[in-house]
Amino acid sequence: MQIIYDGTFEGLLTAIFDIYERKFNGVKIFRKDKITALGLFENHEVHSDPDKAARVLRGLKKKLSASTLNNFYWCFLSELDGIEDHILSYARYALSSAQPVEQDYGNASVLEIAQVARKVGREKHRFEAFVRFQEINSNFYYAAIDPDHNVLPLIIPHFRRRYPAQDWLIYDTRRHYGIHYDSQTEQTHEAIMDFDAASNRGQSTCIAIDTDEAHYQSLWKHYFKHVNIPARRNMKLHLQHVPKRYWKYLVEKQ
Amino acid sequence: MTAPHLPISETRIHEKLRILSDAAKYDVSCASSGSKRANHNKGLGDATGMGICHTYTEDGRCVSLLKLLLTNHCIFDCAYCVSRKSNDIKRAAFTIEEVIGLTINFYRRNYIEGLFLSSGIFKNADVTMERLVTIAKKLRTEHKFNGYIHLKTIPGASEELMQQAGLYADRLSVNIEMPTESALKSLAPDKNMNDILTPMSYLSESIVNYTAEKKVIKTSPAFAPAGQSTQMVIGATPETDKDILFTASSLYKNYGLKRVYYSGYVPISTDERMPGIGTPPPVIREHRLYQTDWLLRFYGFSVNEIVNDEHPLLDTDIDPKLSWALRNPAVFPVDINTADYSLILRVPGIGVSSAKKITAARRFGKLDAQQLSKIGVSMNRAKYFIICQGGSFVNIGLQPQLIRHHILSLSSGKFKSAHSPQLTLF
Repeated sequence: MQIIYDGTFEGLLTAIFDIYERKFNGVKIFRKDKITALGLFENHEVHSDPDKAARVLRGLKKKLSASTLNNFYWCFLSELDGIEDHILSYARYALSSAQPVEQDYGNASVLEIAQVARKVGREKHRFEAFVRFQEINSNFYYAAIDPDHNVLPLIIPHFRRRYPAQDWLIYDTRRHYGIHYDSQTEQTHEAIMDFDAASNRGQSTCIAIDTDEAHYQSLWKHYFKHVNIPARRNMKLHLQHVPKRYWKYLVEKQ
Repeated sequence: MTAPHLPISETRIHEKLRILSDAAKYDVSCASSGSKRANHNKGLGDATGMGICHTYTEDGRCVSLLKLLLTNHCIFDCAYCVSRKSNDIKRAAFTIEEVIGLTINFYRRNYIEGLFLSSGIFKNADVTMERLVTIAKKLRTEHKFNGYIHLKTIPGASEELMQQAGLYADRLSVNIEMPTESALKSLAPDKNMNDILTPMSYLSESIVNYTAEKKVIKTSPAFAPAGQSTQMVIGATPETDKDILFTASSLYKNYGLKRVYYSGYVPISTDERMPGIGTPPPVIREHRLYQTDWLLRFYGFSVNEIVNDEHPLLDTDIDPKLSWALRNPAVFPVDINTADYSLILRVPGIGVSSAKKITAARRFGKLDAQQLSKIGVSMNRAKYFIICQGGSFVNIGLQPQLIRHHILSLSSGKFKSAHSPQLTLF
């Protein structure tokens, strides 16, 4: 049976609720926007419900630590195919076991959740590094990102700590949403903008309004070039650390 | 900074940036971790988290800090240094405002974690050090900068200046430069080991004292909260790996250093006491030294288990842990499902995080080879040294030469293609 949810974390928790309540067996969970073979199997469409989600969360909290629940959320953000089934299988294992199961890395889902959460964590860390702001107006900074996993919500606290006195917007050009921070109110909010992705990738509309911006980009590229030691050139290592898929918004790789 | 978009000033600052980053890049430290400087004043930046590498150069090295010399004018004549007095190169100097402007503007764009500032020695140690301290002080007080600052301590600078440096910087470092006193004497006529060890020991005492005070009085200032580090140049002089590692190990022990960095000598001089221009830098040796450094700090090895009079050089073909294991076959095989954590950590192919997962997971049931592999164990090395569920699955026994041969012939050798001219030397 296919369980179809709306792509929110609340929806996923509601899905787990439904599966328990209706005693579904042999299920696979799909995001609505990812489903391809509708109709081939029996389907159940989940309606996100905050109360049901909260009840599932309460139940899981009795068996699992905060860090595991955190891992569930990070895994959900990975957007990897089949990750929902691992979350379900881990939850089932934990809820049915009398002993704590979190360290049982011999169990396929326990290990998978730990490893995918780590993968998402790695990309979160990478984007704390790879975000490149451009100053568009005085004290307003813009950056475009295109991460494999949906890490934008995870990197926001980092940038709030770092740039509390700047206004900034980080925009995910793959998922078409951004998060904006206002230094006056010290609040963040989601920003949906309609960039024409094909023509400017959400980037070129904004560049070079401020002349200092081009100046500092050019100095940074210059620095990047000269801090390299040509006698130690090692492109394999370079690419391992800065894979090509991340280059398009990195000033120094333009 | 005045009218930075005018082409004339642009070329000038570009030129300075080229010369003074070029001269600073042989300092390998790029750590930006370990500090506790929070953004408490709604200023710029935060240095509480783990270190961040914002990008990597084509040589594969992390770029975390804006690494600059304030100037490459220098009154010293150290043979291994590109800025030595007798070297005929273009000289330049940043103004204080230029360094601050670059740091702030790079930081705001999320290019860097902070500033690593060193300098050639102009006039004397105190004048040079005073200028470095002024930059750090202005960044902290006038610009509310909470990013990471690493200052080089100039050997011979007064204690007052070092004291001040410690209050504004996150990390301080004095470079030991050479693994032994005799090497230093021969290549750096203006320096002696004492000039280097004195500030190192002063810093180490200050760090201990301030940390102790801060435990009692929370509001007392932090002194170099990310500690001190040092670096030595490798391969410019004929020291063995044993000399190098014994020095490193004693520095960790006696001065509480956070890190010792090993900088493979990149030939920059025709001085015939050192390898000539064009000789490839000893990157594999450097790598093996770092691996050993890790074994000392995180794997519970003591230095003489890895290098000693019988084995003064690290094996460049295989990693030092494997090398140690092949010399000590009596320790193996290790039973993954029963052995102590400390022993599992000594198995080639098992790192700290795998070892932790193994000891946690085996309480739920015996682990087999497939599970170990999924956990992250590098089975192509580990399999010769372990027993797990399903038995010991290699039947060549523990014959060191045979194991070595097997591992080498099966591995693709990550250095083989990248630095082949060097491998033929060994």
